[in-house]
Amino acid sequence: MAVAQPTKPVETVETVAIRFVGDSGDGMQITGSQFTTSSALGGNDLATLPDFPAEIRAPAGTLYGVSGFQINFSSTDIYTPGDTLQALVAMNPAALKINLGDLETGGILIVNSDAFVPSNLKLAGYAENPLEDGSLHQYRLFTIPMTTLTREAVAKLELKTKDADRCKNMFALGLVSWLYDRPVEPTLEWFQEKWGKTDPKVAEANTLAFKAGYFFGETAEAFPAQYRVEKAKLAPGVYRKVRGNEATALGMIAAAARAGKPLFYGSYPITPASDILHELSRHKNFDVKTFQAEDEIAAMCAAIGAAYGGAFAATGTSGPGMALKTEAIGLAVMLELPMVIVNVQRGGPSTGLPTKTEQADLLQAVWGRNGECPVAVIAAQSPPDCFMAAYEAFQIAVKYMTPVILLTDGYLGNGAEPWRIPNVEDLPPIEVRHATDPATFQPYLRDEKLARPWAIPGTPGLAHRIGGLEKKDVTGEVCYDPANHQLMCELRARKVAGIVESLPEQTVMGPDSGELLVVSWGGTYGAVRTAVERAQRRGLSVAHAHLRYLNPFPRNLGTLLRSYKKILVPELNLGQLKMVLRAHYLVDAHGYGKIQGRPFTVAEVFAAIEKMIAESRL
Amino acid sequence: MATTVENMAAREWKPADYASDQDVRWCPGCGDYAILAQAKKALAAAGVEPDRITWVSGIGCSSRFPYYVSTYGIHGIHGRAPAIATGLKIARPDITVWVATGDGDGLSIGGNHFMHAMRRNADIKIVLFNNRIYGLTKGQISPTSEKGKRTVSTPYGSVEPPIHPVSAALGCGATFVARTVDMNVKHLGEVLERAARHKGTAFVEIYQNCNIFNDGAFKYASDKAERDEHTLVLEQGKPMLFGVDKKKGIRMTANMQPEIVTLGENGVTVADVVVHDERADNPGIAFMLSQMAYPDFPEPIGVFRAVELPTYESLLEEQIAAVRAKKGPGDLAQLLRGNDTWEVA
Repeated sequence: MAVAQPTKPVETVETVAIRFVGDSGDGMQITGSQFTTSSALGGNDLATLPDFPAEIRAPAGTLYGVSGFQINFSSTDIYTPGDTLQALVAMNPAALKINLGDLETGGILIVNSDAFVPSNLKLAGYAENPLEDGSLHQYRLFTIPMTTLTREAVAKLELKTKDADRCKNMFALGLVSWLYDRPVEPTLEWFQEKWGKTDPKVAEANTLAFKAGYFFGETAEAFPAQYRVEKAKLAPGVYRKVRGNEATALGMIAAAARAGKPLFYGSYPITPASDILHELSRHKNFDVKTFQAEDEIAAMCAAIGAAYGGAFAATGTSGPGMALKTEAIGLAVMLELPMVIVNVQRGGPSTGLPTKTEQADLLQAVWGRNGECPVAVIAAQSPPDCFMAAYEAFQIAVKYMTPVILLTDGYLGNGAEPWRIPNVEDLPPIEVRHATDPATFQPYLRDEKLARPWAIPGTPGLAHRIGGLEKKDVTGEVCYDPANHQLMCELRARKVAGIVESLPEQTVMGPDSGELLVVSWGGTYGAVRTAVERAQRRGLSVAHAHLRYLNPFPRNLGTLLRSYKKILVPELNLGQLKMVLRAHYLVDAHGYGKIQGRPFTVAEVFAAIEKMIAESRL
Repeated sequence: MATTVENMAAREWKPADYASDQDVRWCPGCGDYAILAQAKKALAAAGVEPDRITWVSGIGCSSRFPYYVSTYGIHGIHGRAPAIATGLKIARPDITVWVATGDGDGLSIGGNHFMHAMRRNADIKIVLFNNRIYGLTKGQISPTSEKGKRTVSTPYGSVEPPIHPVSAALGCGATFVARTVDMNVKHLGEVLERAARHKGTAFVEIYQNCNIFNDGAFKYASDKAERDEHTLVLEQGKPMLFGVDKKKGIRMTANMQPEIVTLGENGVTVADVVVHDERADNPGIAFMLSQMAYPDFPEPIGVFRAVELPTYESLLEEQIAAVRAKKGPGDLAQLLRGNDTWEVA
């Protein structure tokens, strides 16, 4: 595709947050995802927030059927998908209605005017057509008949109207690609990759629609200028775009491969964790075995069986699935077998908000089992970080012979960011030792880390039986002795607590003592960090500690917490980490909870910080 | 790590080689003892060394089984043994995997795993000790308890019809389905050995007497004085005859229902009697047999169905080999790079 030299002025901007919104059948996710790819390849830093309904194809034009994809791309380091939008692309009235509030005054608003017909306006609850009543005057409004223009663009292919109309998202993508001066090749190549062989007509239709959108921007008088976001000055290296669930899958494969072990992943489909299963099932040539189990419990139990057999075993799920796996996680704790359990958290309780993000399963992860049942818990902080978090989870699991829960969330799992691809040789080695000596083997004879030996079936002379009944110290025989039960409970607790010896100390961003410490964990990293940086620029005495290790906590955390006058814990729940910190350290931590199925905005966290500081000065 | 013909043939295995050093803690007189003894014989006869076997169980009296054999073992959680066993078998196709379960463990709380184990056909042997009662929790009805049964949880009688384990297994597509009786030790041993030699999921229901909470539940099938009249011993290629003098047989009526006939009466000859074919493509006759119940019919024991189909793990291994052949062994660095990268200098 020949892209003409810019004929209109190009204005350079630092950061742009744009959101594509439309019906859940309008292809907004694919549009946003492709825009992300071309922005990443264009060298920007970026963060995305896909936001879609639980219904696959909700009735067209309804408010509850609106699907959106937000991307924030920048020439500087950014950590969030953006609070307010500089641009909004709305494919119908319902999408406009729901999303307009997030568009900044003076922001670019591109709408598909063909969709603003009386029936759609009524479904969206508009009494008057907002494109005509002047109510959008504070935005830079571009009303474009995208459906009509798309039909004209693909007319020569003689598609059915319905099929032609399905390409209008690519018209929108083409237009926005021009507006923000994005490279077009990745998208054109992607059409060929996706449909070139299987359905060349579809590839051509999308190409035509995309080009039509691009050229429309270039030639239409309506658009006075193009915008450019320069490449970000990221750390040197080779980068790719990665989604959190993808990174989790890659981290597991890498861990198993580095240890020279097969990877087993048992899972039952559940939003928003299924993509981990999808990703792993594609890589069978990597000694990866995936098993779509009959239910969540079977997925967990199959992982236990595979771990007993000597595989790097894992399962993945979301909150309701974690609830079902609970008893089997207890078994894994008793058996002291290594495995990783991923919880891509979503809105709860019960079925809750399946497609929305939340971090309200922390207490479930740390405490949610019968009996004294310690499990190591770690949490990823960004989509790319899911890679190292999964890798580390396996490191801990095999070193300490324990199940490890890895907490991510819907925002991390579905969101994408640039990832500096690690060198395989730089990944820390993972050493696995299986017991082989019948002369010294005892199933529960512990090493200095209190880990028991991993003896796998087929090893001559090491046949042994383990189970969920309490076991005698050292021998592992069934044992009901009262003192032995206390000893075993304490040993299991001490073993998991002892993981702290392998953990780095907690660091802070900002002063190492002062007025306020903001403590966060998991997927809120970006928003909290950005808010703290903003507060620091305003001269406030604020530091930020983002926790990766949630059980056990880093050894210096107590000292660190006590180095600040006040502690603020923003979380996407009603105060779970706050409660644990208070219980562990007897500190007066204050919570700031948001539980709306959406990530924090930077402004929300910043306001909470300001309020906290103002109160402490009273 | 692969099981080799050499190490299997290296020595003769005896039942005692499969005995663990643990005290067996089932109630004296329990039918489980006979099952344990015959299982050890069957393992020895099949010639798999103890170190290459894993027994997996759930919860209940039967599920203590792994502690009493010298193999590898996992005493799991209630109902989930088939799921644990499936994960192990997928990860380690070279290991022989057996599951011990009961009527409550396997068919009530673990019903879902039972169903999917039957259809998947991983090479797992599942032995279900059916005593038609919950023993370990002291005597409540189980899913195989008969309608009207009075127990601590059903003092006015159960209003539930029982499930037939063999019907359930057949309905889910199991490739090997058999039934036997704890007291009929010769038959029990033969059936377990057949199961041991089957490639694919093998399901064996064992009528097992709980002499504490449900004594005599299967007296009609186990008592030497009665059993010939009330059980039908299935034998491949043989007519379905039963009774002390083998004069009674099963014939199909014109509308394809089973009926009991007597040889020599009303012109009935052995040619009228259904011939058993455990290898039939269609499991319909096997299902009919599984529905025949005392006292209206003799209850069949033996192998209902035994067909060879590819196992789950062999299909998975084949698929992996095919992907490897096409894509080559995985290159981790290449995988991490993905398709679209850019460089920051």
